[in-house]
Amino acid sequence: MRSLLVALRKDLLLQWRSRTQIVAIFAFGAAALLLFSFAIGPDSLALRQHAAGFLWLGLLLASTLSLAESFEREMEEQALEGLLLLPASARALYYGKAIANWAQLALLGAALVPVTVVLYDAGTLRLVSLLGVILLGTAGLSAPGTLYAAMTAQIRGRQTLLPLLLFPLVVPVLLAAVKATSLLILGDPMGQLRPWATLLAAFAVIHWALGGLLFSRVVED
Amino acid sequence: MIAVAAAGLCRRYGRRWALAEVGFEVPEGALVMVTGRNGSGKSTLLRVLATAIRADRGTVRILGHDVHADREAVREKIALLGHRTHLYEPLTALENLAVVARFLSRDPGREALLARLEEVGLADRADDPVQTFSAGMRQRLALARLLQQEAQVVLLDEPYGHLDPPGFLLVDRLLQRLRAQGTTVLMATHLLHRGRALCDRALVLEAGRLAFAGAASEMPEPVGADGAGFAEGA
Repeated sequence: MRSLLVALRKDLLLQWRSRTQIVAIFAFGAAALLLFSFAIGPDSLALRQHAAGFLWLGLLLASTLSLAESFEREMEEQALEGLLLLPASARALYYGKAIANWAQLALLGAALVPVTVVLYDAGTLRLVSLLGVILLGTAGLSAPGTLYAAMTAQIRGRQTLLPLLLFPLVVPVLLAAVKATSLLILGDPMGQLRPWATLLAAFAVIHWALGGLLFSRVVED
Repeated sequence: MIAVAAAGLCRRYGRRWALAEVGFEVPEGALVMVTGRNGSGKSTLLRVLATAIRADRGTVRILGHDVHADREAVREKIALLGHRTHLYEPLTALENLAVVARFLSRDPGREALLARLEEVGLADRADDPVQTFSAGMRQRLALARLLQQEAQVVLLDEPYGHLDPPGFLLVDRLLQRLRAQGTTVLMATHLLHRGRALCDRALVLEAGRLAFAGAASEMPEPVGADGAGFAEGA
């Protein structure tokens, strides 16, 4: 647990030092949302109906930049290898990185909500529930995303490979997060939010457990 | 006691063997120079000993622990200075040392870390990010990071790389200090005269094979217009 906290502190500090990059990733997500809104046109009902899907697509696209960036610093001077040789626990390093990535993606998701409200006229009064869905959805993205980012960080063409590996895996997250967010924006007369939120939570639990088990195999020779 | 014992060590990259049937023993407290041409397998050897990479065949024991079966125990006893510095570029010199100190449960306080930076002549740049450092300054910081580990077996891959003349003296002093502490050191270097003067023993690698193992003073001279081999045993 102490190693995890040390790793998390290190990763949060690295993120803070790279905060201009985070602003750029947010701008990328916001630009994607703007372009998607142009694709729909001025039909306000259609915009509102598609808002949840585009919010999560924007977040998913931005997440690949964010996840890949999180391992850039580890690979530049083989700092991750240096920590493994100390020896630091690979599992602690994984959870430290995954939690830091989760925090960054959740923040990014929360920051994209006002952009979605403005562009798609897609407000909701259930803000706490929306925040919960964002937390669950980004947890489901960050756990496998951190593992795959570590896997592809040492490979040429990693910018292409990371989304190719990650996107098919996180289809259930995308589906459940879009449905849950849609229900919050458009209304939930049948009470369907809970099953979708449960699916998100189950996916996250499975992948957080798997990531911790597999990380050492990914980063060790 | 034997600090490092390697037998039948083989490692290949693709179809090329970087190490082929390398075997040697290093007694505890010895200072060993590892030399040979570029691409002869020096770095690969040190990285296998450090458990950074695995050998395809052969065995290595560090202070009695097998590097494959008992990786964690080996890692608690070794420290590696590699070609890459293991530093985080956006963090300051002090923050880099603090990260290592926290993982090792050592004192991460400013005073303790400043003392470490003082040893390598970087105390006045303690709060500057590593990305603003020259290659020589990074090497000095990497040495400070290595010293934090207080390892029993130290592996140095080109420790004089990028350093200025005062930096050379710094590494010389470091080696003398490690010898006085009884630390076992394996140092890959091309600086033969310096290595001969400082080290007890030498290992010479040629195309991944061990061409010489013995007293540093008896190490053969490089021969050929391009310094392509060693006079004996190559």
